[in-house]
Amino acid sequence: MYSQTVMEHFKNPRNVGTLEDADGVGEVGNPVCGDMMTFYIKVKDNVIDDIKFQTFGCGAAIAVSSMVSEMAKGKTLEEASKITNQMVAEALEGLPKQKLHCSNLGADALQKAIQDYQNKKSGRVSEPESKKCYCPVCDIENPMESEICTGCGKGLPNKHAHGH
Amino acid sequence: MSLVYVDHVAAMPLHPKVYEAMVPYFREFYGNPSSIHDSGEKAREAIEEARGKVARLIGSQEEEIYFTSCGTESNNLALKGIAWAHHSRGKEIIISSIEHFSIMHTASALERAGFHVVRLPVDAHGFVDPAVVEKAISPQTILVSVMLANPEVGTIEPIAEIGKITRAKNVLFHTDAVDSVGTIPVNVQELNVDLLSLSASQFYGPKGAAALFIRKGVRILPLLDGGIQERGLRAGTENVPAIVGMGVAADLSREEIPQRMSHLQKLQKKLTEELPRRIPYLRFLGHSTQRLPGNVSVAVEYIEGEAMLLFMDMEGIRISSGSACISRSLKVSHVMLAMGVDAATAQGSLLFSFGMQNTEADVDRILEALPPVVERLRNMSPVYRKAMAKKN
Repeated sequence: MYSQTVMEHFKNPRNVGTLEDADGVGEVGNPVCGDMMTFYIKVKDNVIDDIKFQTFGCGAAIAVSSMVSEMAKGKTLEEASKITNQMVAEALEGLPKQKLHCSNLGADALQKAIQDYQNKKSGRVSEPESKKCYCPVCDIENPMESEICTGCGKGLPNKHAHGH
Repeated sequence: MSLVYVDHVAAMPLHPKVYEAMVPYFREFYGNPSSIHDSGEKAREAIEEARGKVARLIGSQEEEIYFTSCGTESNNLALKGIAWAHHSRGKEIIISSIEHFSIMHTASALERAGFHVVRLPVDAHGFVDPAVVEKAISPQTILVSVMLANPEVGTIEPIAEIGKITRAKNVLFHTDAVDSVGTIPVNVQELNVDLLSLSASQFYGPKGAAALFIRKGVRILPLLDGGIQERGLRAGTENVPAIVGMGVAADLSREEIPQRMSHLQKLQKKLTEELPRRIPYLRFLGHSTQRLPGNVSVAVEYIEGEAMLLFMDMEGIRISSGSACISRSLKVSHVMLAMGVDAATAQGSLLFSFGMQNTEADVDRILEALPPVVERLRNMSPVYRKAMAKKN
């Protein structure tokens, strides 16, 4: 089901953990949707000096988080901010189609952590974003509150709007 | 490293005696049972012999057994066949909310064709309340279908009681017994059912052979139009080797059910008792006694099932889960949601389903392998960290 690179990162994930004195924290997803990732970054001279993550999720989600952390570590914030979910999937030699959306949130979490750092630096308060969930049928992104998918009109999982 | 296969709800190994009995029907007796020459006659005799064995396993008459290709086909035939034969009397069908997809989706298809489908709730153990069935039956109801036992959470439903109600109300009653036949005693007279689905692959028989019991006198229409195989109810050349295998597997099951139950219950008990001693924050699903022998369904809180499954697979241990990440549709198990298990907890579900080749040493292997996997994933889980921070 998974590529060798995915399995390798899943078995030996890099940079697992938290950073107590993180300069930026980014969190995406929730366990109801299937996956949840939290990224912590430590920034020094505009470079991501240290990065840690925690992930609740399937093999793909764990491998994605690990890959993102490796791709971002040592990069300048400008370089790291260009990392996309698609680049992560490519670096992992592909992900199963049905996992492309739900599990491939690592770059989003990284970008949020970078944003959080920049907000803190400039004295802005990070605004809580509305939580999103992907429709299990057509993969369209939906607001957490909606009961019906905006893409295909199918009902979303019962407890969709709970559990966070 | 030896294999520990604990996913018998998904597939079972073929009993060696079943395999042996099937081989001649691939090699020598390849005739078409509809042919009147001797080759055809041999094949037809073999099918009728198997029909008798299957009938004896569930306490029915031989002519009440109709062979199909799989449990899904039996369930489709039961629902659609009854719906199309009785729609002039009423267009309402009652099912439970924890049925297999082959009932759920068939009912939805009938709904699109104009039938009214009532989906009954279950309680936290997964039980359908017979009183709720009684209330749900209306003059338009033509069929009630409730599964005998749910494989995901192990719960055995009060089928005999529901059958008393449907009989009194003169409504047909079907039960999907695919996961029960061969593991627990199943008797169509005691259960008060009019139709019952069973599948050879769930009692150490081959894939490709299943059956629907249809009580004599019940009107039903076929799914497939064609020849007059299975007395016109299931057109298409019979899968003779598989049906032969199903017959042998049925005979073996009838003899072995008491041993099977005690063996499976022993393994189930050991795993159920020992797991919580080694892993905190577990939630066992289903009922403690009214459950399929050998079925242990447990939610490991704060982590996700597929990740556990993959690590266990690396240890040679094959299990299953109701996590959304496992299903192709990425949906959390409808069974767990119907039981009121929240979606996040259901993500961490693990299903162990033991079989006859499993041993206590297999349970020990699971007990050894699972705790470090859980610890590793919990240490990685933001959900676990948050939950622990709240507790402290």
